[in-house]
Amino acid sequence: MSVVVAKNIHKSFGALQVLKGVSLTVEGGEVVALIGRSGSGKSTFLRCLNGLETIDAGEIEVAGHRMSSKPAELRKLRRDVGIVFQSYNLFPHLTAGENIMLAPVQVKGLSRKAARDEAQRCLSLVGLGDRFDAYPDMLSGGQQQRVAIARSLAMQPQVLLFDEVTSALDPELTGEVLAVIESLARDGMTMLLVTHEMGFARRVANRTIFMKDGVIHEEGPSAEFFSAPKTPELQAFLRSEVG
Amino acid sequence: MRTFGSPEFLFIVYALRWTLTLTVIAFIGGGIMGIVLALLRIARSRVLRAVTTFYMQVIQGLPLLVLLFLCYYAPSLVGLEIAALTAAAVALTINSSAFLGAIWESALRAIPKAQWESADALALTPYKTLRFVIAPQAIRLALPSTVGFLVQIIKQTSLASIIGFIEITRAGQLVSNATFEPLKAFLSVAALYFAVCFPLTQLSLWLERRTARGGART
Ligand SMILES: Nc1ncnc2c1ncn2[C@@H]1O[C@H](COP(=O)(O)OP(=O)(O)O)[C@@H](O)[C@H]1O
Repeated sequence: MSVVVAKNIHKSFGALQVLKGVSLTVEGGEVVALIGRSGSGKSTFLRCLNGLETIDAGEIEVAGHRMSSKPAELRKLRRDVGIVFQSYNLFPHLTAGENIMLAPVQVKGLSRKAARDEAQRCLSLVGLGDRFDAYPDMLSGGQQQRVAIARSLAMQPQVLLFDEVTSALDPELTGEVLAVIESLARDGMTMLLVTHEMGFARRVANRTIFMKDGVIHEEGPSAEFFSAPKTPELQAFLRSEVG
Repeated sequence: MRTFGSPEFLFIVYALRWTLTLTVIAFIGGGIMGIVLALLRIARSRVLRAVTTFYMQVIQGLPLLVLLFLCYYAPSLVGLEIAALTAAAVALTINSSAFLGAIWESALRAIPKAQWESADALALTPYKTLRFVIAPQAIRLALPSTVGFLVQIIKQTSLASIIGFIEITRAGQLVSNATFEPLKAFLSVAALYFAVCFPLTQLSLWLERRTARGGART
């Protein structure tokens, strides 16, 4: 079953046309990487999928929910879609554990006890089982990002969106975050990730998509996509990324 | 003629409860109105923003004394006699609401948009976002200035003496008139203001240092 269906998405910021008809379908269990030069509209597209940006034209259905401008409908969709941001965006006044418990308790109505167990489980999943009571400012960037991933996981989403989640990290911390994402992929999590990590996309993503000037310029199964890029633009892009 | 002794001093001390009563009313009343104002100001509606901007600018631009006279004399236009305490409480509440509203609005605006966004993405309702994510951080930010403004309110209550309300400044005046010892009378008044305000000023400074150290934790 398709978890993400986006048809002919258009989006402008004022006079700037950022998305010019993007269509994408992601099946359950698939991992799809979005690559492309900065400014090509990757993040904007990702943010449209959970309604953080409104679209000007097109259709979106995620986890069985049609995109809606009605707040209550939008919240139903968002319960089933997790997003992880480049800058982690943890709540600084809450501990790692409380960050993770907040939405399960306040949105899903879980008891504190159940939410605590779930938070503990998610923290262990990202390798931070012993940092439940740590505040975000006591954690490294890589650890904060893993907590952010755990926070999304605790809602048991049907799909996870990753928006350049390692771009703000020092190279030595990137690996620990990518390892977590890779383990989620092995567990069959449906994921869509905007990334600059070409090697990671090639290894982990089933499919990679190259965006250019607000459209999907080329896409394909990652193995072929990277070993035999068809369009000159993608070839040039991959050369510039490797070199 | 009386000399300045303990009964006179105690008279001023007793008046302190009226200074404090007025302060508490103005702080709570102004605080409640201030919260509403701050929330209306960060709402999306342009009309609400325009209305609240007008209210806050008018109040902030008005000398408190003039506001006090207006509150005291305006009811008489419609034949109402109002107590000095009521007039002073209303004037100070209105005044505090505009300033506290501004302090809290800027604290709310200081919380990064990304915090709202993360909460949105987790499907929290706007109310729960405010309640569990934004307000706890904003309160921490606004606490030093809020306590600072509380000290302002305490001092502002002295203006109520002009419409005859007996708080400590007015009590000092009365004692001064009766004893012809204005210096002793007003030094006592000053000492009382200091005794109340100094701990609060220190608290405000401490809170400010704590906020500056950057911990967003509680
Ligand atoms: N909120 C916004 N307001 C105005 N312009 C925006 C906004 N968000 C993104 N943009 C612009 O849209 C374009 C695409 O941005 P983005 O989707 O972030 O690209 P990418 O993720 O591929 O780097 C950029 O030119 C960016 O400046």
